[in-house]
Amino acid sequence: MMDAVVQVVLLVVILGAGFLAIRFKDLLSSVVALAAVSLALSLEFYVLQAPDVAIAEAGIGAGLTTAVFVLALRKTRRKEEER
Amino acid sequence: MSKLVRTIGWLLYAPILIFGFYVIMHGHLTPGGGFQGGAVVASGFALLIVAYGAKGAGLKERLLSVVESGGALIFVGLAFLGLGATFFYNFLAAGGGVVFNELVPPGPNPGDLNTAGTLPLMNWAVGLKVLAGLGSIVLLLALFPSEEE
Repeated sequence: MMDAVVQVVLLVVILGAGFLAIRFKDLLSSVVALAAVSLALSLEFYVLQAPDVAIAEAGIGAGLTTAVFVLALRKTRRKEEER
Repeated sequence: MSKLVRTIGWLLYAPILIFGFYVIMHGHLTPGGGFQGGAVVASGFALLIVAYGAKGAGLKERLLSVVESGGALIFVGLAFLGLGATFFYNFLAAGGGVVFNELVPPGPNPGDLNTAGTLPLMNWAVGLKVLAGLGSIVLLLALFPSEEE
């Protein structure tokens, strides 16, 4: 029962953060939202008793890809352009 | 980056590295292993590079390249050392070598670090390769000149 509640909360966080990552006009906020998706996903893996995958997801997803995106943003523009 | 990011990055760098090396060291006992630990260490490098810039982080491209190649060579070399029996034969396990040579105690146990033969050494090889590889990817991306310059 407790597991189900935690999983529902985590999936809502994943969906909400993913939606925000698309909607934000400030791309740095988008990157942070994407990192939040990865963090919630790694917690979800931990709840599903796959700590091995959770460590990899936290290291790669929340750590490295965020750094890569931030570095890419620094080389390009920070704001999404209006159309 | 701002002074806040630099201070927090400086504070968190050592704990991240220690946790990453812990995951590599205990790869044969706990969840995780060479790849996961190496990824954690590389994310520590990435934190330093993002906070201080490619030049200020003090990471050397050549050193990372050497470490990456060395990890691969150690891995394949350990596999070839077992060639007396088969490729990847665990020649250090159960009294065969000097380190990691104890027998695994039977039944449920907290885990003995000094077991599993070549597996911890191969975890270290994979960990060194992954941390150097991913670290050099982030470093080269940070060194790449931007459009405006």
